[in-house]
Amino acid sequence: MSDARNQVGAEARERAVLEEPDIQRALTRIAHEILERTKGGANILLLGIPTRGAILARRLAERIERVEGLPVPHGSLDVTMYRDDLRMRPARALGRTELPPDGVDGKTVVLVDDVLFSGRTVRAALDALNDLGRPTAVQLAILVDRGHRELPIRADYVGKNLPTSKSETVKVHVREIDGRDAVLLMKGEAE
Amino acid sequence: MKKHLISAADLSREDALRILDTAEELAQVSERSIKKLPTLRGRTVVNLFFEDSTRTRISFEAAAKRLSADVINFSAKGSSVSKGESLKDTALTLQAMGADAVVIRHGASGAPQNLTQWVSGSVVNAGDGTHEHPTQALLDAFTMRRRLGDLAGRRVAIVGDVLHSRVARSNVLLLHTLGAQVTLVAPPTLLPVAVDAWPCEVSYDLDAVLPKSDVVMMLRVQQERMNAAFFPSAREYSRRYGLDRDRMARIHDDAIVMHPGPMNRGMEIAAEVADSARSTIVEQVANGVTVRMAVLYLLLGGSEPAIGGTL
Repeated sequence: MSDARNQVGAEARERAVLEEPDIQRALTRIAHEILERTKGGANILLLGIPTRGAILARRLAERIERVEGLPVPHGSLDVTMYRDDLRMRPARALGRTELPPDGVDGKTVVLVDDVLFSGRTVRAALDALNDLGRPTAVQLAILVDRGHRELPIRADYVGKNLPTSKSETVKVHVREIDGRDAVLLMKGEAE
Repeated sequence: MKKHLISAADLSREDALRILDTAEELAQVSERSIKKLPTLRGRTVVNLFFEDSTRTRISFEAAAKRLSADVINFSAKGSSVSKGESLKDTALTLQAMGADAVVIRHGASGAPQNLTQWVSGSVVNAGDGTHEHPTQALLDAFTMRRRLGDLAGRRVAIVGDVLHSRVARSNVLLLHTLGAQVTLVAPPTLLPVAVDAWPCEVSYDLDAVLPKSDVVMMLRVQQERMNAAFFPSAREYSRRYGLDRDRMARIHDDAIVMHPGPMNRGMEIAAEVADSARSTIVEQVANGVTVRMAVLYLLLGGSEPAIGGTL
């Protein structure tokens, strides 16, 4: 009884802003934009920030491969150890960093994440990249830009600009982890 | 609040797996050209070593430096300890210098536990007397897991001078937590009195235990701690409890041979066994840095420690 009521409450509080077809279209568009901007995707490396960014990076790589017929190197870049808010919570588990064997040197690295908010994760990612090598250029692809930047950082590729209030929470669900693709907007801070 | 790592028994199964999983990710850092993370910038780690040590001290120092912590090395030789300063006064000095973590090795069992009363930072036991050496057990478990996969149900033989070994006690406790089955193999004179209370089996016959073991861990015969005749002669010991080529032939094909170092080649382990492909002795040293990074990160990286015991 109380469970059911909680669930109704949760549904009323959260609203899907993007559904699966919207996300598919956004990723396809970003894939084309990456190809256009990088002149056919020469020397690119897609690096997703775990966990959902890494999945989006893989999907983007598959789309670019389908268009160009060339394998696109992709991987993941964990930024936990580079975060500036580590001291604000107990030490957390680390995500996976997977780089292709030839590393990041001389590549055009496209960082991929699900939500762009304060920009602090991206700053951490830039620091992490710096310790891994010297890419020729670094770009940023993001599924949802929800605003409220706290650092001078902007995305090169945006799936959707989503005006939000600071008290709201944006959550991206992906099929591989959450069972469905969706972008959810919730009232109140995340749990 | 969780805070210190004094005993392997401080770690729940969840804690232990968190350390091993974190170490798994951190292992990559040791392979890249810039082996440094900014995570513990501005934190101070004191290495307080009252006993001689090469690999443990260097390993903790490398681990702390790779996480960008400031490291102060203190060894009893050449310090005020040789003028008679007590552990308490040394501890209060460290406290006044603002140590966020103190890594202590001491000849007396229980010294790290005492230290926790006098310093406000985390205390990490790097070996106390014949009591415990939890980070050695963690790096051993990490090495086993990398070679063999999940440790649940694996059979581990720990062979030799159990009586004087802090490594054995920590390994028994941690491996039990992780679900492995441990058998201690030693002459009766080199087993502690209360060994029947340990969560493991005991055998006096190495040849009977070898064929069913997935891991054979040889312990160093600690002659510096031997104040009585525990066995008739080195030759007799090595004939009954040493791992030589003939004995190694009885271990099954996937089993590994470990040694916490430093080794007495020719005593508990033959040189050709120590240098064989099954031996993980060099790997254990490399893994030591990684595992200690994981421990320091989980103790100091966040707002409060994510692992460890409450005192």
